Amino acid sequence: MNTVFSVNGPVVKVRDASDFAMMEMVYVGADHLMGEVIGVNAEETTIQVYEVTTGMKPGEPVMGTGAPVSAVLGPGIISNIFDGIERPLKKIEELSGAYISPGSNIESLDTLKKWDVTLKVSVGDEVQGGAIFAVCPETPLIEHRCMIPPNMSGEVVFAAENGEYTINDVICRIKSPDGTEHDLTMCQKWPIKQSRPFDRRLPVDRPLITGQRVIDTILPIAKGGTAAVPGGFGTGKTMTQHQLAKWCDADIIVYIGCGERGNEMTQVLEEFSGLIDPKTNRPLTDRTVLIANTSNMPVAAREASIYTGITIAEYYRDMGYHIAIMADSTSRWAEALREISGRLEEMPAEEGFPAYLPSRLSEFYERAGYVENLNGTEGSVSIIGAVSPQGSDFSEPVTQNTKRFVRCFWALDKSLAYARHYPAINWNNSYSEYTDDLGEYYYKNVDKDFLPYRQRISSLLIEENKLMEIVKLIGADVLPDDQKLVIETARVIRVGFLQQNAYHKDDTYVPLDKQFKMMKAILKLYDECRSAVEKSVPINRIISTGIFEKVIKMKYDIPNDKPELFRRLEVEIEQTVKKVVKACTEEGR
Amino acid sequence: MAVQYIGLKEINGPLIALDNVAGVSYDEVAEIRLDDGSVRTGRVVQIDGSRAILQVFEGTKGLSLKNTRTRFTGKPMEMPLSEELLGRVFNGAGRPIDGLGEIYAEKYADINGKPLNPVSRSYPRNYINTGISSIDALTTLIRGQKLPIFSGSGLSHNKLAVQIVRQAKIAEESGQDFAVVFAAMGVKNDIADYFRKSFEESGVLQKVVMFLNLSNDPIIERILTPKCALTAAEYLAFEKNMHILVILTDMTSYAEALREFSSSKGEIPARKGFPGYLYSDLASLYERAGIVEGSEGSVTQIPILTMPNDDITHPIPDLTGYITEGQIVLDRSLDQNGVYPPVAVLPSLSRLMKDGIGEGFTRGDHSDCANQLFAAYAKVQDARALASVIGEDELSPLDKSYLRFGRLFEKHFVNQGFDENRTIDETLDLGWALLSTLPRSALDRVDEKLLDQKYDPDKAVQFTD
Repeated sequence: MNTVFSVNGPVVKVRDASDFAMMEMVYVGADHLMGEVIGVNAEETTIQVYEVTTGMKPGEPVMGTGAPVSAVLGPGIISNIFDGIERPLKKIEELSGAYISPGSNIESLDTLKKWDVTLKVSVGDEVQGGAIFAVCPETPLIEHRCMIPPNMSGEVVFAAENGEYTINDVICRIKSPDGTEHDLTMCQKWPIKQSRPFDRRLPVDRPLITGQRVIDTILPIAKGGTAAVPGGFGTGKTMTQHQLAKWCDADIIVYIGCGERGNEMTQVLEEFSGLIDPKTNRPLTDRTVLIANTSNMPVAAREASIYTGITIAEYYRDMGYHIAIMADSTSRWAEALREISGRLEEMPAEEGFPAYLPSRLSEFYERAGYVENLNGTEGSVSIIGAVSPQGSDFSEPVTQNTKRFVRCFWALDKSLAYARHYPAINWNNSYSEYTDDLGEYYYKNVDKDFLPYRQRISSLLIEENKLMEIVKLIGADVLPDDQKLVIETARVIRVGFLQQNAYHKDDTYVPLDKQFKMMKAILKLYDECRSAVEKSVPINRIISTGIFEKVIKMKYDIPNDKPELFRRLEVEIEQTVKKVVKACTEEGR
Repeated sequence: MAVQYIGLKEINGPLIALDNVAGVSYDEVAEIRLDDGSVRTGRVVQIDGSRAILQVFEGTKGLSLKNTRTRFTGKPMEMPLSEELLGRVFNGAGRPIDGLGEIYAEKYADINGKPLNPVSRSYPRNYINTGISSIDALTTLIRGQKLPIFSGSGLSHNKLAVQIVRQAKIAEESGQDFAVVFAAMGVKNDIADYFRKSFEESGVLQKVVMFLNLSNDPIIERILTPKCALTAAEYLAFEKNMHILVILTDMTSYAEALREFSSSKGEIPARKGFPGYLYSDLASLYERAGIVEGSEGSVTQIPILTMPNDDITHPIPDLTGYITEGQIVLDRSLDQNGVYPPVAVLPSLSRLMKDGIGEGFTRGDHSDCANQLFAAYAKVQDARALASVIGEDELSPLDKSYLRFGRLFEKHFVNQGFDENRTIDETLDLGWALLSTLPRSALDRVDEKLLDQKYDPDKAVQFTD
């Protein structure tokens, strides 16, 4: 029997063992703590333990399982809350009370619950890996589709009657071409560090609509895309992620709280069960999976939580759903890698992070994508990862390496957050590479002018940025009127458009059509004023009519379901400016 | 008679190594008896086969390879707990130092605590009225929150902490039991004295548990201090249903002790020599704040840290800010201008504030007032920057009124007396009155209906520069 030789925090070593494989899952010690083999050589096997090793002694047994660390995939995942190694936290609470005790070995999914299963195959059918052989309603929103494991195929030799089954009941049996028979239940296991296969990648050309103006309009993300949200503490990373989790148009949200605050997870739990999704009229929890490995839970499981989350996402993608993953925060995951690496006395690269940090990050982000699945359905996994740069310094390794592997970069800005401009995404140093890919979608589904308007809005902001350099030196009063107009319009864009109030019932989610109409109104204001300024009308005269403030407040004044009011606003803009022009020309005479 | 191991293999800083030990478990505590009869305590930090590495809490001064007898207790570090803790004074390792004898324990608990299951937490919502305008209005403290004070050497963080304790206590007296757990890590003798005296004067001394690790006490003990304090706090809060306010000062000394310990263990450093696990370690302390579902009590933490060189990006404030639910930042230039408490309003933040204010908690207009104050004060900074380049006279009338608002805001709102206890109504009305010194069109965060009620230039005339 293999036994523990040394213990150093979460790292345990076993001497003279040859029967362990890399990445194999093991049970360590008398309490059967779960662990993973992370290093093997002739003398020593190194294991990282996913739980606290307090009280462990040399000589305690170590048992291999012969399989890599895997996630259990089956009905019962949605609306559940798991820890980093897919243990249901509610069950742990029933077993060990408010505090988590080590060695809580419990089933990931409820094995007693009966699901109302409808079989989709019959005896004699030829099935391939990924084929859907049974379905059951998992929540009122999500139909769970049981699939043949990807590496299996053959002829169906048994199919159960439709009816109520638990996840471990055999409901189907297939015979492989080589003659072996496989029992199929509603659940399957999949190694968390291996991506699930699909048929082929499809172009990412549909937006993930979030209802957040600065994202949808200025810095859009595609379904199947990747985005990073870096920001120092207090800039609203978590808030942004919560907003996206609540409102984005994915079918399923996987929210990974990786090394973050316990109260935040409690908040997600409470808030999401109370919030009703306007599209489906069901609580948001019906489409959400939470993975909570808070900052005080064991560090090795923090590393696993990211992989557990993405494996669950891929599983639902295979069924033909669109998934959005919120990973908050990937920096904590990177720090977990650093901590384990330090315990292994590996040679550090930058700032103590291991040299394999970039390759781990790229492996993770590359699991996103819009794909055609093995069973012919289409699904997508979009990843939105928060990054918590040390000292708010974006040049640190995690931010820099993440930047290389994502195509959307939503940089949160301290000075915006200080001014309580939320979402504090800085439009000057953020970018999205998806704008062009999504152009056609916006053209067809919103308006043909969407992209040109967006371009004009961005240009105004860039121009303002340049002018601000001058204003900082000499003040705004000395600028010529056309430049003053740019500064005023940019203010309308910043306060009236980019800034969005998550606590306002209409402003928290804004449909694309309203976003477009808001842009249109702002540009209308700009154009009208500009032609007035060209007729030498002083811009201050127009500003003093209060029309700029009126446009700023359109986000509150015009409800989401009354877009026709924009017409009235545009007329008002036109007439106000016209009145001023008229007054000025009369005075001129 | 338990097995005693005579002698040591190696001594390195606070660490000792023993060879040929059997049945030792990770994290267990050992008693180290010296030949002169004194006893020290150690904890197993690493095991390699039959070799165990221990950290000695009291330091290794006077230890030799020959003069020790080590006995392993078979248990992790535990602390005796009972209601008798109240009013007592302990050292950093949780032993009584007030000469009143040992605690008669109702139970023993592992000082490391266990992670609280996120599904067993209840989300904190009840606000604590501290009577300090800049905190109540703009960075509201919520019961069960962890809200640190980021300060610098020489600023009035201690005074502020005392004022919070005293005035929060008044608000609490109506309801349940209230107690303070005070942990001093590496603070000077007179600071510890100042706290003790202040607690005495405000009549809470019998409701205070003090853990003192002063700046000349051993650093390993310093690492234990907050753990002991939080174990006591959790016990009183969740088993005795009390509302506990924990003050941890100074977290910078704690983190530095951790760094010293880590480097003597030969660990690979991350940023500025601090160990890579500093985040996890700090989290294991801060995350012990909160409310457990089904219990009446709560643990609210106010850690105090001095930012080295007033640098908020230093790893200690930086990592703290990532874990805690906001921060109260103190500012040196405000302090030099005689503003007390010198709260730098813009970088200060309370994350739990949004759910703990408004109708039913404080007042319906609270969040609008706070948002507008933040936005207006942010404009003040821009106007000041501009004024420093082109001179105040050249500013536009709007910028001039921002400058005036900034001065008044600091003088009348942020600034208040050490004994001044403002109600939330007073604070918010003051906020609206100050906002009324600005032109109405500048208030773009508030909707018109509310402005009709609250915007009143008549109230603004009361302020003098």
